[in-house]
Amino acid sequence: MNDALPSFVPALPEMFLAASAMVLLVLGAFQRGPHVAREIGWLGVVALAVTAALVMSFGYERKVSLYGMMVTDGFGMFMSVLTLIGAGFAIVMAMRFNEREGVARFEYPVLVLLSTTGMLMMITANDLISLYVGLELQNLALYVIASFQRDQTRSSEAGLKYFVLGALSSGMLLYGASMVYGFAGSTNFDTLAHTLEASNASIGLIIGIVFVAVGLAFKVSAVPFHMWTPDVYEGAPTPATAFFSIAPKTAALALFVRVMIYAFGELVDQWQQIIMAISVASMILGALAAINQRNIKRLMAYSSIGHVGYALIGLAAGTPAGVRGILVYMAIYVFMNIGTFGVILCMRREGRLVEGIEDLAGLARTQPMLAAALAIFMFSMAGIPPLAGFFAKFYIFMAAIDARLFWLAVLGVVTSVVGAYYYVRIVKIMYFDEPKGAFDPGIGREMQAVVLISAMVILFFIVFPSPIVGAAELASATLFPG
Amino acid sequence: MIVQAICFYLFAAITVASGVMVIAARNPVHSVLFLILAFFNAAGLFVLAGAEFLALILVIVYVGAVAVLFLFVVMMLDINFVELRQGALQYLPVGALVGLVLLVELILVFGAWVAGPEVAQSIAAPLPLATNVTNTAALGQLLYTRYVYVFQASGMILLVAMVGAIVLTLRARTDVRKQDINVQVGRRRADTLEIVKVRPRQGV
Amino acid sequence: MDSLLREYLPILIFIGVAVALATVIVLASFLVARQNPDSEKLSPYECGFEPFADARSKFDVRFYLVSILFIIFDLEVAFLFPWAVSLGSIGLFGFWSMIVFLAVLTVGFIYEWKKGALEWE
Repeated sequence: MNDALPSFVPALPEMFLAASAMVLLVLGAFQRGPHVAREIGWLGVVALAVTAALVMSFGYERKVSLYGMMVTDGFGMFMSVLTLIGAGFAIVMAMRFNEREGVARFEYPVLVLLSTTGMLMMITANDLISLYVGLELQNLALYVIASFQRDQTRSSEAGLKYFVLGALSSGMLLYGASMVYGFAGSTNFDTLAHTLEASNASIGLIIGIVFVAVGLAFKVSAVPFHMWTPDVYEGAPTPATAFFSIAPKTAALALFVRVMIYAFGELVDQWQQIIMAISVASMILGALAAINQRNIKRLMAYSSIGHVGYALIGLAAGTPAGVRGILVYMAIYVFMNIGTFGVILCMRREGRLVEGIEDLAGLARTQPMLAAALAIFMFSMAGIPPLAGFFAKFYIFMAAIDARLFWLAVLGVVTSVVGAYYYVRIVKIMYFDEPKGAFDPGIGREMQAVVLISAMVILFFIVFPSPIVGAAELASATLFPG
Repeated sequence: MIVQAICFYLFAAITVASGVMVIAARNPVHSVLFLILAFFNAAGLFVLAGAEFLALILVIVYVGAVAVLFLFVVMMLDINFVELRQGALQYLPVGALVGLVLLVELILVFGAWVAGPEVAQSIAAPLPLATNVTNTAALGQLLYTRYVYVFQASGMILLVAMVGAIVLTLRARTDVRKQDINVQVGRRRADTLEIVKVRPRQGV
Repeated sequence: MDSLLREYLPILIFIGVAVALATVIVLASFLVARQNPDSEKLSPYECGFEPFADARSKFDVRFYLVSILFIIFDLEVAFLFPWAVSLGSIGLFGFWSMIVFLAVLTVGFIYEWKKGALEWE
């Protein structure tokens, strides 16, 4: 082909992240010493920060590059930065945990970096092919991360389950993509949008879109494609669970929104019902199934299913306001989850990790600061007004009402009231139950910082909402052409 | 033309039949052998569709490597497959239902195969015409330049696979002695030898 | 299209002959030889003993590691074929594209080597 050399500049963040992952991999292999994992981890955090700076340097302008394979725009920038933040915190949170569990190996941060590269590819994908390749890069690394504690049966089982169901969902996605290609004649999002504008959608195309949506619903763990989530979240090492609940979810949701709103935006009437159905199902299951959980990681799995349900309301609305709601929601969700998992990682008694909800009993008396932080996160997740979680839901419900989806908004409010029960129950256990003995002290300076930062974000969002909301406003506009 | 049609139906029928046998065979080794048969026939279908390169890759990679690995795992893993199979039948109704839904969908799809005029235009664009170059060359002309982004990303996927395989399975064995030439050469006298003055009748 | 398929005609004939021959041989041994099975003839033969246990036994995971690493490089080689065929027309860009791809996998190879995954203890 006599194509001119394409500009690789828009892919600079991905290229930088991949290159630094490889450099760290070689560096780690050649280093000897007790603190290799920690050093490589911090270098990985630096690499993520530089990548975030690179991503932000492109601005909000929409630009398609690399033969239409990728697109950089405000939406992608917002979601990429969120994903990078999540990945950075995941590396920091894993350091002490891995050292204590005897799995402090430098491959962990390297795999996080590689999987984050895949997530960035997903977020900036402008073609079904780059979407799929990015998704696989992300997933393959995640499977390994899930079974990182390879000597524990639970962890290996989590990895295996994740792998089998992930492969199944990838298969569905590919099947759908092949149908879309067969009926629309292209895999490029721009061409698809253009084709759909001009001609009516055939039934084959719609079935293709449904399969793509199913594949993506698997990845964001929306009901009824959520079965893997509780088992994987419970079995995987806790920092890995934190990572799963933050970064891949953000990236997959970004992908979901881009595919549906941008590529198949013309068919909004066709897919809107599907999204509404899975959104409602996720909210209800998230609220009801979490009530009976005893394991806090399992509870967080159901909680994340519920949160995805709320975020999908914004997608069902299909409007710029809806997308803005998703962006704000995900930004706040990321910080709530980072903070909560930060606290969960501090739950150690006599050198062993405890995961039961009852183990939190009386935490307010033994470790008041930790209890206060967890209370903030729980109230925020429940959507109690002055905290950030309330505004996250507020923007989503407003978008639903604007789009005349009243009953969806009402259902959202009802399920969040039901869901508030189990969040508030944790607060009650911490503050009013008899103490079961303190957790081990010495949670580490980096963990204190993680919890503190996320608590600050959640607390003071009401005072300074504009950085997140304003950016989300600008970012969501870039997804809608014209 | 008629030979082509016969070949197509033959390959397709054997592919489907051996696909069924993969899940129906009692002996897992037979399953894998049927899988290989299915791969071969799929390769035949690829050739009929004009995708020579894919056909050959299917034979080299899947039959040559992946299926052999399967066989390896099935033959050497200490799993009781009879036990594993028990209870599989109770999922049959659900599985059959899903299969039925998919079948209906496929029939719907092919019953309503209409592609708008816009579609024909965008299909025409991509490939260099297949009559001018061979299939492999046509792939080569696109894969490394136009699809450079996903090509490099697939390289990254292979890298992750390598790292993952090593992270999950490699263990340093402690019960074997290994010759490390670096250590041998790098040994200094001071590290290993110590000269102790021993006075008579006092011991060390 | 037709000319392409005509190139594959010898292979088709070959497959036909192979299948026919295999069928003939199996059928012939089935028809010509005397069939008189009993349980001793049909049981697996193991040096005069009754077989002690299942033929399957746990193997060192290292075998699988080696074969997975082999498959990865096998796939890498699969990418080299179209590149080699079309190198003349894809220019320097195509050339360096492949070099970068190989470099990525070389990084993996260095890692493997350094970790000792290729050594057999």
